Amino acid sequence: MANVTISPTRQELTRLKGKLRTARRGHKLLKDKRDELMKQFLDIMKEAKALRNEVEKDLETVYGSFTVASALMSSEAIEQALIYPKQSVELTMKFKNVMSVNVPQYDFHTKTQSDSDIYPYGFAATSGELDTAVDALGKVFLKMLKLAQIEKAGQLMAEEIEKTRRRVNALEYVMIPNTEESIRYITMKLDENERSATTRLMKVKDMILNQAIQERRERDERALAAREG
Amino acid sequence: MANTFSIAVIGDWDSVMGFKALGLDTYPAANPEEARGIIDRLAKEDCAVIYLTEQLAVNLSDVIDKYKDELKPAIILIPGKDGSMGIGKSDIQRSIERAVGADIL
Repeated sequence: MANVTISPTRQELTRLKGKLRTARRGHKLLKDKRDELMKQFLDIMKEAKALRNEVEKDLETVYGSFTVASALMSSEAIEQALIYPKQSVELTMKFKNVMSVNVPQYDFHTKTQSDSDIYPYGFAATSGELDTAVDALGKVFLKMLKLAQIEKAGQLMAEEIEKTRRRVNALEYVMIPNTEESIRYITMKLDENERSATTRLMKVKDMILNQAIQERRERDERALAAREG
Repeated sequence: MANTFSIAVIGDWDSVMGFKALGLDTYPAANPEEARGIIDRLAKEDCAVIYLTEQLAVNLSDVIDKYKDELKPAIILIPGKDGSMGIGKSDIQRSIERAVGADIL
């Protein structure tokens, strides 16, 4: 008995029955939510895993080409070439509602329109390898942005799933059994009261009956005595 | 909500210099403490995505966890120039474990 202070009244019973109904419905809904979230979450995570592998591999290649570039140029020259970017990226963020989880959707705009116009340096003082490296990085960046979106969605959904799972379990293993227990307790108590009321009535009836018989007997005796006397 | 946000890259200079050419905001950080300050500052500003090198992320898991449940910024680990350390991958694994309660993939 989790809640010992419940009063065994009909009103309380009705209240608890309502509570149980709500809890059952909530439990079912939350369970559905959890299952659907889980389904979408696993899809996202599979995608994230694949994309991450890809991005990590690509980035390694890019770092490789930067290393080659820095072997051909002095590090100061590279720094100088890259220090003032021509390109600038602006990110807009929208939200998508996935099973009541707000998931960000990134969309980015670059300042320069053409892809070939991203090099922030003149070609005279730099080596061609640097162009390749920057170009490759630009391509990887698209994937990285996608990765960011997916991973963030995954993280947010993981949180939501955890919360929902806890709620489902709390309802299933604590709330619903406790309420059922309380209802059983009240029902038993009420039945008990009813039985005791019946017994009391029977007892009272017996007593009244006995009294009536006694009175009748006394009256008969008195009448008998009067006739004999 | 469609404001514009910035994208930041935090890491050692060699790892981040390339991103500079792409027009991202780069923040060279030599040590985790420096990166921690930058992340906290960026989180308050309009920064939606932070790419952080794994080399720095090793000692910053508390900061990363702090922003994990926030809508922004999204802190995404990328391998630094020394190659992948597998933290990003194990992070995915961890979110799955967190959600499912067991490792099922």
